Amino acid sequence: MLPQDQPGIMPGAGKKGNPVPTTGVQEKKLYERLTQALEKYKGKPGVLIAALQEAQEIFGYLPRKAMIHVANELTIPLAEVYSVASFYSLFSTVPAGKTRLEVCMGTACYVKGAEKLLQELQKQCGGSPGKFTSEGRFSVATTRCVGACSAAPVIKIGEELHGEMSPEKLPALLEELTKI
Amino acid sequence: MSTLLEELMQERVRPETEHRILICGGIPCRSLGCRKVQEALDEELQQKGLAGQIPVDVIGCIGDCSQGPSIIVYPEGIVYQKLGPDDARTIVREHIIGGRVVEELLHRDPHSEEIIRKREEMPFYREQTRLVLRNCGVISPHIDDYLKYRGYAALARALAEMTPEEVIDEIKKSGLRGRGGGGFPTGRKWELVHQAHGDEKYVICNADEGDPGAFMDRSILEGDPHSVLEGMIIAGYAVGASRGYIYVRAEYPVALRRCREAIAQAREKKFLGGNILEKGFSFDIEIRTGAGAFVCGEETALISSLHGTRGDPEPKPPFPAQKGLWGKPTLINNVETLANIPLIILHGSHRFTELGTERSPGTKVFALAGKVRHTGLVEVPLGTTLRRIIFDIGGGIPGNKKFKAAQTGGPSGGCLGEEALDIPMDYDSLQEAGSMVGSGGLIILDEDTCMVDLARFYLDFSQDESCGKCTPCRVGSKRLLEILQKITEGKGEERDLETLEQLALLMKNSSLCGLGRAAPNPLLNTLRLFREEYLAHIRERRCPAGVCRSLMRPRINPEICKACGICSRICPSQAITGARGTPYKIDLEKCSDCLRCLEECPFDAITRGGRRLAEAEAMDR
Repeated sequence: MLPQDQPGIMPGAGKKGNPVPTTGVQEKKLYERLTQALEKYKGKPGVLIAALQEAQEIFGYLPRKAMIHVANELTIPLAEVYSVASFYSLFSTVPAGKTRLEVCMGTACYVKGAEKLLQELQKQCGGSPGKFTSEGRFSVATTRCVGACSAAPVIKIGEELHGEMSPEKLPALLEELTKI
Repeated sequence: MSTLLEELMQERVRPETEHRILICGGIPCRSLGCRKVQEALDEELQQKGLAGQIPVDVIGCIGDCSQGPSIIVYPEGIVYQKLGPDDARTIVREHIIGGRVVEELLHRDPHSEEIIRKREEMPFYREQTRLVLRNCGVISPHIDDYLKYRGYAALARALAEMTPEEVIDEIKKSGLRGRGGGGFPTGRKWELVHQAHGDEKYVICNADEGDPGAFMDRSILEGDPHSVLEGMIIAGYAVGASRGYIYVRAEYPVALRRCREAIAQAREKKFLGGNILEKGFSFDIEIRTGAGAFVCGEETALISSLHGTRGDPEPKPPFPAQKGLWGKPTLINNVETLANIPLIILHGSHRFTELGTERSPGTKVFALAGKVRHTGLVEVPLGTTLRRIIFDIGGGIPGNKKFKAAQTGGPSGGCLGEEALDIPMDYDSLQEAGSMVGSGGLIILDEDTCMVDLARFYLDFSQDESCGKCTPCRVGSKRLLEILQKITEGKGEERDLETLEQLALLMKNSSLCGLGRAAPNPLLNTLRLFREEYLAHIRERRCPAGVCRSLMRPRINPEICKACGICSRICPSQAITGARGTPYKIDLEKCSDCLRCLEECPFDAITRGGRRLAEAEAMDR
């Protein structure tokens, strides 16, 4: 079922995905950007995934309203929009935490202790597994293989990758992140 | 080293005469801090007034990822590895300005202690036959560098001297088989699309590298994108297509960027667009990004995703060769397959078949990772033994551990145990051994890996990635996972193994697409090779590798416990209760696994995973 939007929560625009309480003006601007971005897809076949990727880029995730907006602009049934948004793992319908820490769950990372790393990370950040949430400073999640198998285990933070991680290296990493 | 490689080397190497620094920008190196090395290099060059005079380029993966961050300094071609920012500054001062190779920063062979200066001298490279990876980590991904090394010469030859039929014939004669996992003869596929009727045809490059543990496609696209473009253009010419798509995983932002740049460069030099090389053939390429779905590696699901919908697979036939993208005949080839094409056209199929085995000619890139000393991409002729790859090239297992198995083929493949170390790694032999070449993921496992847990890991992956369209896969993978979870939690029963086997076979035989048909493979294979490990989990409630957490909790043996109460007093979580005369008990909900009770028990009555303290500690190390 299409999730309801959390009232008053809107991530900051862009990849950082930093959730802040929104004002109507900010929100309107983001939707204007989306309308503009969707212009080039109108009337073309096979563009839904690309359109949703742009929407997620703008909002940091896919709010219900944005999905409705995409459906209306591209005249695609909302059911189809949501079926695509819920099918692919890169689309998220919940806002992200301030700093996203993603533990790679590829095979190489797994056999080199990604599970232990994830547990330790959750313990230290107080984050819960699964999708990002807006609570807390860090949100902890797992990601599909990022192809850095040689540096396993790997933690992905934004576009940065941190290789050869271990539970012992976590405090230093988190400390560094807190400074930013 | 093969003669073909020698020939390639001779023809391509134009000795660099000026100082030039190439930094490995492969993901592992980046994750190990290559950006800081780059910044330090730039800074130091700037300070010494050399900025702009010494080119510093970031290139694709150099290869021996466990030794990163790495740089190569030309004209000598010296390789420095495991660098920090300070080392980078030293190299600028000593090597670039002083003209002295910085001996103390050179790589040392861990066994012979011998100093290694150049790439070719490292055992990791010396034992390889790098053809597909010939440019990766040697040149920058820019078209100018590619052209220096006979880039687009194959395209020129195909367009100038060969008819489409002759191109297809050459590929057929080469015996090249799909490198993405299927192993289907590439020439045959091309022929099918060539013969199919359609006013428009398409070529798709499948860069949705799905096996979690394979990264050769990413490395090729990042390090040598033009070889893939060249392969696609030749394929387009052969099958009669005018449009190509590269379907890239969204998890690979750098590969995506390099592809975009490469396409723009190729358009500018007129290798893409109308009337290529003035031979009347037109072809252009577009990029589409995936959004994270393993099933999209399957041809028909990939096409659904290109249509912009959910990546649902379709029944075959009709095959994409007849009815693919937008209902038109479509050729789908994997990245590594396409990167082989220019080599075959340029040097002839007879040179290609000199390598590899009769039914699996050519080389294969394996992504060596896991519990092995040197990790990274390894390209060897098909038919090379596992022993050679792991021990001669990969340097063996670190930490004096014992080799247990090698996982090939990812979630669709299986494991090869110690007895398979000497079988040739080719399509047919691996299939016979119960595994598969797959896309070339090669994860080495040592004695600390639990095979039951590994099977659970893969099932968890497949279950999560199942698109849900057909029942055998949707429900089957879920049930298999549940049973495996039960076993790893120490709640398994012996009859579960029978259920697992029955259900796995049913899923294999009745699922709609490759995902469901192959998902039970890791389970069936480990069940056959490591049955005793499953039985240890079930009968003894013990995980021999010490991985399964539920089986690794402390437990008080009531027969040994003298009810002295020491453990209860020292337990920081107050998880141990009992009374004089009756054995004590641990409340596992409260227990924090600190293991102090194991340390303090004077009677060794407390065990973890069936082991006493010393053994348990040894496991943790």
